[in-house]
Amino acid sequence: MDMAFIIETIVKIVVILLVFSALAGLGTYFERKVLAFMQRRLGPMHVGPFGLLQVAADGIKLFTKEDIIPQNVVKPIFKIAPVITAATAFMAAAAIPFWPQFTVFGYTVHPIVADVNIGILYVLGVMAIGLYGPLLGGMASANKFSLISAARSAAVFISYEVISGLSLLAPLMMVGSLSLVDINNYQVGGIGHWIIWSQPVAFILFWIAAFAETGRTPFHLVANDHEIIDGFGTEYSGMRWGLFFIGEYANMFFISFVIAIIFLGGFGDGTIAGAFQLLLKVAFFFFFFLWTRAAWPDVRPDQLMWLCWKVLMPIAVINVVITGLVMMF
Amino acid sequence: MHSEPLNDRNVSEHSAYYYVDIEEYPTTGWDKFKQVVKRTFRGELFVGLWVVMREMIKFDIHTVKYPLEKLPIGPRYRAVHKLLRLWESGYERCIGCGLCEKICISDCIRMDTKIDENSRKEVTEYSINLGRCIFCGYCAEVCPELAIVHGQRYENGSEQRAHFVIKDDMLTPLDFLTSGQQAEYPGFGSITPNESVTKTPLAY
Ligand code: SF4
Ligand code: SF4
Repeated sequence: MDMAFIIETIVKIVVILLVFSALAGLGTYFERKVLAFMQRRLGPMHVGPFGLLQVAADGIKLFTKEDIIPQNVVKPIFKIAPVITAATAFMAAAAIPFWPQFTVFGYTVHPIVADVNIGILYVLGVMAIGLYGPLLGGMASANKFSLISAARSAAVFISYEVISGLSLLAPLMMVGSLSLVDINNYQVGGIGHWIIWSQPVAFILFWIAAFAETGRTPFHLVANDHEIIDGFGTEYSGMRWGLFFIGEYANMFFISFVIAIIFLGGFGDGTIAGAFQLLLKVAFFFFFFLWTRAAWPDVRPDQLMWLCWKVLMPIAVINVVITGLVMMF
Repeated sequence: MHSEPLNDRNVSEHSAYYYVDIEEYPTTGWDKFKQVVKRTFRGELFVGLWVVMREMIKFDIHTVKYPLEKLPIGPRYRAVHKLLRLWESGYERCIGCGLCEKICISDCIRMDTKIDENSRKEVTEYSINLGRCIFCGYCAEVCPELAIVHGQRYENGSEQRAHFVIKDDMLTPLDFLTSGQQAEYPGFGSITPNESVTKTPLAY
């Protein structure tokens, strides 16, 4: 391993960290604006032009707020839980190709931290670890609402993981590789080659699972404000709570990237146009997360489990079997 | 609108009341599954998506930017009190009868009167303790002279509540009166238009 490789990797990591932390902040701004417009409100308006500096104001507030550790919590676990959420969200980004490779000054840059050959497995696995944040934070909080939230996060977790795994199995069988770069290159032939056309069912299932994975609105049971206050975040304050938040929003961006790369052709043939198309697709999926939050009601935890285990999982299995049969003959 | 059909509260073909048609809840797993399928493919979710998207595109924002813009407020709104003056003479309407002080449920009106040189009762002090006032409106209701009324000043944040309710603060300033800015509330119990309340003559 030579020095240049290490430096390049570190630079990539820092860039990804900075870009996506900033994007997570901007994501909250867009979420507020979009939700506000859909509800005929104005959203943040007063800090900076169009309220853009609201993000900075929130950041200052979160950073300077007192970090309260309540008396009866299990302190080490309570302190580490937000770090788990934020860290795993960013770790998952390591295997995601954000941009096609490009050349600056004769030096080829691969905008992916680690092109491991089990990319998607790694991404899903590390994202799944992120659920330990709510689980441990909720159980350590010595608060009933947090405890309910922790129980729900475990229930949600065992439900959606089945779907996301099984639904991805069918496209992966077609591609024959777990690397996200390979999956992208499989669809290089343009819009007709996108996996969404051959695997629409898997696409829908994975999309549904993505909502459960990020805990967004139809499945926002883990921190459902009107039922259990902020769930696992009830006892948190200041930057520890902020870490949960950054983790959630970074996760939304990363899962949008994953959906766009696996099902919608990713960055295509690697030209600049393809790269911007990828960003557009990601923007659409991110917008869709906000859109559903304005439009759809939440389901109950038992409804989510019922949906995942009794409806979506059989569909996913049937999809895998049919894909296998089609590939065999 | 006739209310007769609504008076008979029994559900029958003559009354306006009817039972709301509620579908049976599904009990078996198969029925539940059918309900989910029906709801999924009837496109209700997309109706929801479309509705919010439509509102976003129409961009018909209803926000009132409060300190900069204000909504009109009803004439009978019960905010901080005002003491009014007679239109034609500018004399204070309050005759010091003390009814408002008597009726106030939270006992927060405090007044002091004396007999002036014309042996007319004069109000020297009049204050309302806003810390106790519940804005019930009884004082304005009972006042025989329409002297004490509720104003529209609902923004009563201040360093001291007393800033609002000394007699001088509540009484219409004379230049306000001459420029015609003293507002009378319309509706039940208000003064008849084009006919001012006049000073009660001393010799009855
Ligand atoms: S509004 Fe009611 S509580 Fe307030 S001063 Fe008048 S009578 Fe008293
Ligand atoms: S009821 Fe009216 S007239 Fe009588 S003292 Fe009170 S404000 Fe004056």
